[in-house]
Amino acid sequence: MIEINRQGEVWVYAEQQDGELQEVVLELCGKARELANTLGVAAGAVLPGASLQGLPERLIAHGMDRVYVVQDDRLGFYQTGPYSRAVGALIEKHLPQIVLYGATPLGRDLAPRVGSEMRAGMTADCTDLEIKDVMDSRAKETHEKLLLQIRPAFGGNIIATIVNYDMWPQMATVREGVMPMVEPDSSRPGEIIEEHVELPDELFAVRLIERHVEARTVNLKGARVIAAGGGGVGSRQKFRLIHELAGAIGGAVGASRAAVDNGYIGKEHQIGQTGTTVRPALYIAAGISGAVQHRAGMEEAAKIIAINTDPEAPIFSVAHYGIVGDLDKVIPMLIRAVKERR
Amino acid sequence: MPYDCVLMVKQVPDTTNVTADAMRKDGTVNRGALPAIFNPEDKYALEAALEVRDRHGGSVTAISMGPPKAADILRECLYRGVDRAILLTDRRAAASDTLATSYILAQAVKTIGRFDIVFAGRQAIDGDTAQVGPQCAQKLGVTQITYLEELVSIEDRTIRIRRNFGDGWEIVEAELPVLVTVMNTANRPRPAAARKIMRFKRARVEMEVASEVSAAMKSASADERADQVARRVDTLREGGLLIEQWDLDTIGADLSRCGLAGSPTKVYKVQSIVLTKEGYTEVPPTEEATRQMIRELIVDHTLG
Repeated sequence: MIEINRQGEVWVYAEQQDGELQEVVLELCGKARELANTLGVAAGAVLPGASLQGLPERLIAHGMDRVYVVQDDRLGFYQTGPYSRAVGALIEKHLPQIVLYGATPLGRDLAPRVGSEMRAGMTADCTDLEIKDVMDSRAKETHEKLLLQIRPAFGGNIIATIVNYDMWPQMATVREGVMPMVEPDSSRPGEIIEEHVELPDELFAVRLIERHVEARTVNLKGARVIAAGGGGVGSRQKFRLIHELAGAIGGAVGASRAAVDNGYIGKEHQIGQTGTTVRPALYIAAGISGAVQHRAGMEEAAKIIAINTDPEAPIFSVAHYGIVGDLDKVIPMLIRAVKERR
Repeated sequence: MPYDCVLMVKQVPDTTNVTADAMRKDGTVNRGALPAIFNPEDKYALEAALEVRDRHGGSVTAISMGPPKAADILRECLYRGVDRAILLTDRRAAASDTLATSYILAQAVKTIGRFDIVFAGRQAIDGDTAQVGPQCAQKLGVTQITYLEELVSIEDRTIRIRRNFGDGWEIVEAELPVLVTVMNTANRPRPAAARKIMRFKRARVEMEVASEVSAAMKSASADERADQVARRVDTLREGGLLIEQWDLDTIGADLSRCGLAGSPTKVYKVQSIVLTKEGYTEVPPTEEATRQMIRELIVDHTLG
């Protein structure tokens, strides 16, 4: 662990692949900027890799004051050993108070290794972060301006708030798609710092034999929030609304069998007995009547919003919030309401 | 060439079936009301370890950290063919976060001694952190390969693995020893073998023997009970039916790195989001009403 450094920066691990930043990194830049402002400190990104042209500038445009670049031709493909050494060495050198990582598969491979190396705390899969004074009731001591690390736990049945009093830096991985991305500003000033980290060859213990990059498949099972549409949406074109809603809430797109059979969307999005069974924190069912086969696949969601023109639709029997109305009008309202709050 | 494998397994509350019955009045989860199960992804890690042993020879040692009840999943491992089972149980390990847990497990693996491959499930369903595998690998000072989907080959101490890295898959190679975490797409876990069930259903850790003896000999003195426990433990050991019971002293753990003291992350607050569904809130299709609903969902952290 590092010494407690209240002037320390708020950092983002800038995960990139083949010179492309992961989207979650830009989402985290927005959050890190906000946290840094609250703390009155600078925000920084740590960027290891082989070909990084243009990336520091993008990170600065998204809110970073400093970008620490570790360029090394051997860092062409991600592997745990050298990447964790690069990040760890820079943490020890610059003593940030907070380090955030995207909870991508590779972010979740790297972050715990770094945390263990530093003997510091690491909270997985946060969905929200805040700064607050925290009273430690055991020691009767108040810790000022700690990072509250908020995450679902226990299969999504509880929300836990985690803090790290003194085994710093305060570090967390953050779910993809939950932090709003802020508009980039290419006129923002920022500093690009070339760092040199000693990376002995033995750290490169893994050899890459073959790699296939595929478009990510729909991860309905892992989605915390899902916006789903049914036959009531009316057309493939109008199904765009469901995609937009999912985008606004940072969720996945689901569908009932009727929507799939009508060709509004691919079968991989189907939820229900013959599709995927999901239990997200929030399920929005729009234009879905709620046949028992569909309900079987989603009724375990922690919260369900049903939108339907028919007040007798069976979907309302499992809903927590019911909106009787036309989804063409209701969904844009929802999107506006979500965007306003962010 | 034979390989010695260590398998890390966890008993978890079945979080996939949390019902209102499992919720206390104050909104917290009553873990005791949930069935305790074999962490799903650990079953694939078990199968992967057994396949290595079956193909190349060597051994599989299963280790679990938990209360005496966690011996259940070690028996499940024995039913499927592991060679040795160890339960690490110690009240001083309670409230360990992932870092403290990985320290304890790594100490236990070091105590086992020589190993070539450590297998673990990708993550456990109670915390879903996926952190303990990589943290253990760091503490053991070995290469980690996460998200195993196929163990392609092991030749001359070089392991080749196909792993899923989220944006696709890759085949990678490394020298042993390694720690791998296994996904539920890796294999088809074998069922328990009937003959092994017959044999190992009587396997026990010492603490289980002690509570069985206490229940059966209520009126006996403490000394009589202790004698009886010792006799039964000897019999189990001779029959190869004693599940080893270790504590933090067995593994030479530094207590400042275990339990609450060794855990950087502390739970500050817990909030339940399981609802009992009794009717629903009717939201009129207006801007103001939808805004109010979204506000509620943000306040209770349903929306990020």
